[in-house]
Amino acid sequence: MSNERFAVSIIVTNQSGVLTRISSLFSQRDFNIDTFTSGETENPALARITITASGDNRKKDQLIKQISKLYDVKKVVLMTPENTILRELLIVKVKATGDRLREVLDASNVFRSKVVDMSPGSVCIELTGESSKLNAFLKYVEPYGILEYCRTGLIAVERGSACLYTEDDSKETA
Amino acid sequence: MQLTGCQIIMEVLIEQGVTTVFGYPGGQVLSLYDALYEYRNRINHVLSAHEQGACHAADGYSRASGEVGVCIATSGPGATNIITGLATAKADSIPMVAITGNVPLDLIGTDSFQEVDTIGLSIPVTKHSFLIKSIDKLADTLREAFRVAKSGRPGPVLVDVPKNIQIATAEYTPKPKVEKIPDEKPDTALLDEALMLIEQSERPLIYCGGGVINANCQQQLQALAEKCDAYVAFSMMALTAMDCDHPKYLGMSGMHGRIAATRAFGETDLIIAAGVRFTERATGNKTKFAKNAKIIHLDIDPAEHGKNIDANLKIKGCLTTALKYLTENTKQKDNEAWRNIMDEYKNHTKETKTVDGCMMPWEIIGAVNKKAAPETNVATDVGQHQMWVAQYYNFKKPRTHLTSGGLGTMGYGMGAAIGGAIATGNQTVLFTGDGSFGMNLNEMATAVSQNLPLIVVIFNNKVLGMIRQWQSLFFNNHFMATVLDRETDFVKLAEAFGANGYRATNITELNSALDKAFALKSPCIIDCYIPSEENVFPMVPPNGSLDNIILK
Repeated sequence: MSNERFAVSIIVTNQSGVLTRISSLFSQRDFNIDTFTSGETENPALARITITASGDNRKKDQLIKQISKLYDVKKVVLMTPENTILRELLIVKVKATGDRLREVLDASNVFRSKVVDMSPGSVCIELTGESSKLNAFLKYVEPYGILEYCRTGLIAVERGSACLYTEDDSKETA
Repeated sequence: MQLTGCQIIMEVLIEQGVTTVFGYPGGQVLSLYDALYEYRNRINHVLSAHEQGACHAADGYSRASGEVGVCIATSGPGATNIITGLATAKADSIPMVAITGNVPLDLIGTDSFQEVDTIGLSIPVTKHSFLIKSIDKLADTLREAFRVAKSGRPGPVLVDVPKNIQIATAEYTPKPKVEKIPDEKPDTALLDEALMLIEQSERPLIYCGGGVINANCQQQLQALAEKCDAYVAFSMMALTAMDCDHPKYLGMSGMHGRIAATRAFGETDLIIAAGVRFTERATGNKTKFAKNAKIIHLDIDPAEHGKNIDANLKIKGCLTTALKYLTENTKQKDNEAWRNIMDEYKNHTKETKTVDGCMMPWEIIGAVNKKAAPETNVATDVGQHQMWVAQYYNFKKPRTHLTSGGLGTMGYGMGAAIGGAIATGNQTVLFTGDGSFGMNLNEMATAVSQNLPLIVVIFNNKVLGMIRQWQSLFFNNHFMATVLDRETDFVKLAEAFGANGYRATNITELNSALDKAFALKSPCIIDCYIPSEENVFPMVPPNGSLDNIILK
């Protein structure tokens, strides 16, 4: 079985300790997590977590089922790649001056990224997109000298008007 | 009615029908113990020798009675001491509620005296845990803890109550006992597919797990076995799910299972698995497991589907409903050829050899069995004696077998036996080894103070037998740290605790000791000498195929 990468969206009650319980499962069950993001939702009582992980079908199935069993978890959905908007934010600080700086700024335009800070000798660039786009940009600027970078991990939302957590869901879990 | 947090805890426990709690006092539960004093006529508190014993006792209470067992421990070391007990209950899906005291909320995180991250420690060993941060949420959260413990796949729940919440006051409104959340109905379309597999099957085998005991559907299981003329193999957790004298009863299967039960997996064409999780000890090498069979996997917990074994049909939901539906909609089957195969295997006699001058484990179990009643609780610790009991004891009634199956906790037995004896009021026998007993023998003090009808039968072989067995089979007889150079006199030990002690070196002495022990109705120890070299057989080597059983 192949080791695919997949994204899972999770709705949880927004209270302390919930992230610990979910991340504890990773070590308990030997799940390979690539990225993990969490934030508030339109409903302040709920938080939304996006996990990307890799594994075969059995691992994927177990990850979803074991997370679903946690008391604080309201809903778990495996996101289908073709129907999901996936985004990640990157901030990268590149060492560049003179001509080399111009080349980096040109590339930054091509990737439609934003320069957020400049100093003598370095430039700080912000870029959002799918992970592959961020990877491509990092690969391009690498020869110029990356001083540091930071990525948020992916967040995922389904295309169209359908929502992950509906009124029906909240009735079911009430 | 305005009550303190501790009084609210007492009231909610009474709401839930709790009559007995097991525990050990300490600094951060002093207020709780003051409430236990106030409520002493309505809640019986059993003081253990160590918090681990209290936790195992609550677990044993739950296993024997089917009710949610309750234990109490203080913060810090009190909380860390119950972790093994919680993990034991979690591994075997036992409903219980542990209440821990903690330092006041404003001291949490300051490394104050006897402070530990109880919630953090509890996460992997409980079904869920609650930290109470507001007195207004105390009553409903404690009620919710009971609901979570017994709903769906049961398990232990911890409620951590900081000191300031215990002494705060709030309005208390009584509520009825919480009911478990009704089990999900199994999918009828899938059950109909299962019926087709049963219809086609000529050699059906029911594989029964602890879920059947938890769901209390032993009758439905037996009815299905009779209707489809299927044999029934058991995980260790489910040995009491059927009368062992029933013609379809094969006993425990797996690493140390009975030959007929283990062989059946290689012969069957259809496994109907009910509330069982196919651990590696039970299946052996998974790639060689039950190659000729289709598998129907019934379980309340969908995460068990595909975790260890990929079944042809995975049916989640209420076990009772599923078994009943399958029974009602199956035509009476008559699998004569299957009976011929299995009766042949069943005729493999159990080991009965005797050696002059010492007793064999099966002789001891047989002697106890003869004097015990069907409702006698049989607790065990972990190791060789546990396997011998699983192989040789004739269980007749559900919930009479208290053993740590999943976690395999040496030292479980004393606490569990105490819990079982208190829950049922019945005579209780603990089979243990000199190794396991050494772990938590301090709880003899509890058995004596409670004057429980508890007979501790020690299989004394002067070694850590199961580990020694593996050293002899797989580690070139390097008996590292398994030979007990101890001079413990268990008869004197019993007397030191205020119990009776007997020594038995042969079956005559054992029978005479048992006569006295069963008449006592109070705690006693019978120190039984067995040979150090005796190993547990049959045995399927780790990761071996169930078809390849070592017989001796």
